[in-house]
Amino acid sequence: MRKTEENIFKVLMILSTVIISSTLFMIVYTIFSKGIGSLSWDMVSKIPEGGFYIGKGGGILNAIVGSIYITIGSTLLGLLISLPIVIYINVYAKRNATLATVTRLSYDILFGIPSIVYGAFGFAIMVYMGLKTSLLAGIITVTLMIIPILVRAIDEVVRVVPEDMSNAVFALGGTRYESAKIILRQSIPGIVTAILLSFGRAIGDAACVLFTAGFTDSIPTSFDQPAATLPLSIFFQLSSPIKEVQNRAYAAAVILTIIVLVINIVAKIASKNLSKNKI
Amino acid sequence: MKNIRLLKDRLISKTFLALTILSISTVILIGFGLFYKSLPILNSTSLYNLLFSSEWKPFKKAFGFYPFIVGTLWVTAIAIIIALPLSMLTAIYLSEYAHIRVRKLVLPLIELLSGIPPVLYGVWGVLVIIPLIQDRIAPHFIEFTTGYSVLAGGIVLAIMIFPLIISIVIEVFDNVPQDLRNASLSLGATQWQTTKKVVLRKSFDGIVAAVVLAISRAFGETIAVLMVCGNLAQVPHSLFDSAYPLPALIANNYGEMMSIPMYDSALMFAALLLFVIIFLFNALSRIILYRIEKRNT
Repeated sequence: MRKTEENIFKVLMILSTVIISSTLFMIVYTIFSKGIGSLSWDMVSKIPEGGFYIGKGGGILNAIVGSIYITIGSTLLGLLISLPIVIYINVYAKRNATLATVTRLSYDILFGIPSIVYGAFGFAIMVYMGLKTSLLAGIITVTLMIIPILVRAIDEVVRVVPEDMSNAVFALGGTRYESAKIILRQSIPGIVTAILLSFGRAIGDAACVLFTAGFTDSIPTSFDQPAATLPLSIFFQLSSPIKEVQNRAYAAAVILTIIVLVINIVAKIASKNLSKNKI
Repeated sequence: MKNIRLLKDRLISKTFLALTILSISTVILIGFGLFYKSLPILNSTSLYNLLFSSEWKPFKKAFGFYPFIVGTLWVTAIAIIIALPLSMLTAIYLSEYAHIRVRKLVLPLIELLSGIPPVLYGVWGVLVIIPLIQDRIAPHFIEFTTGYSVLAGGIVLAIMIFPLIISIVIEVFDNVPQDLRNASLSLGATQWQTTKKVVLRKSFDGIVAAVVLAISRAFGETIAVLMVCGNLAQVPHSLFDSAYPLPALIANNYGEMMSIPMYDSALMFAALLLFVIIFLFNALSRIILYRIEKRNT
């Protein structure tokens, strides 16, 4: 009797593991098989021409470049803010453990706040400051969204740097700031992983930039111009009733899938190398 | 020379402290900002009316969020009902049964799933789930549906929250001391009995926390849901009815919200609602998870 129950559950477990781990392949396969036919060099090398959204020529270079601008901008800005925070809670706040805990907790909470809320908040700030939908507003909003990812991911690797290392710095008469530099150097592979993770999240998110970055057919040349993004471009093309345009949405989805998978796999490999080099 | 270095250290300490405090106050800032923007609607309509009225006519200044709230709840509930058993079984398998090599092969695949952008889940939902519901599932139950339904939203969301539940539950299982398992096994219990009576019982808090986090993730997911739920401002009565979850409502109407009076305030109220609920859920489950982690170190 207990053997039967055991076996039933074992079968169920293996079944659900297979189902769940094959969903990734299902999704990637569906998108590729549907979109690869409409994928062309024009798609990635041209901006939309007149009548693009009714099926005429052009491509989505504007969205690809816009996405990359927003992603790079917000990742840089995010690092500028999150690195000092991680250093503070790990190196300076040692004696004030409560502040470190509160910081970690609030970032865990911020991590769970959906991007549409960041989008709405970003929009509120934008209106308050009198900005228009623009590259800059998009970058600020996405930065807000990815800071929790950066902080939590970098914190994770900085925490496992052995304490001896900073003690050695202190023993040599170094300051906390100097020990922080050593710790950071030690965590570079982890920081790279964190950057890639936030990169992947930033390039794929649509709800956050919907209100703030706007949408345009041209490539932005300055921060105060609106910028198109890849997910939104997919979304807008897909809601078109014209078959041709819909097919191009699937092709754009292929491009986004490739970008995101490459980023995520590189991040996996980077983090694997980190554990190999651990001292 | 030494003084300059010490001064630098002090200065950096203060700057970083300021930055840390400033940045954790974004939580409060977001809450306050959204509250401030939704004040006009809160002042003109009672909270009860906002939450429980079904009348949604922005032009007539009637903003009843009831259909949207119910739609969100439906979609979230379906997602959890589908995702919970599957991800629990997978987590148990990977943590208690599978060979370490299987775990190392499968876990990264599941983690990759969490890196897929919502819009791609939406595309997949439109391509696979919608036709599946329209042609295969629904005809057994009702006469006609477009497929754009709460069921479609629930299925897509379930897949999106698999990785979240699995990774947290596995972490919670890893925190159960091995001695407990050994004690149970040495008394002659089978592995499943040990899992059921020892590991699962010991991890109950953690599982609850994982589920609550998953609920709040499903609650706030926007684009994927927007693409597959049909977006009709009605209270859904069956699995195959269209719904209009709150996040989709916000996302879909940003274009018009400036031109209609009170509309933007109403949408900001929707965002505030999401923020408050998700804030509470997240805070609760994170605190539980912190406790579990602390208990074992």
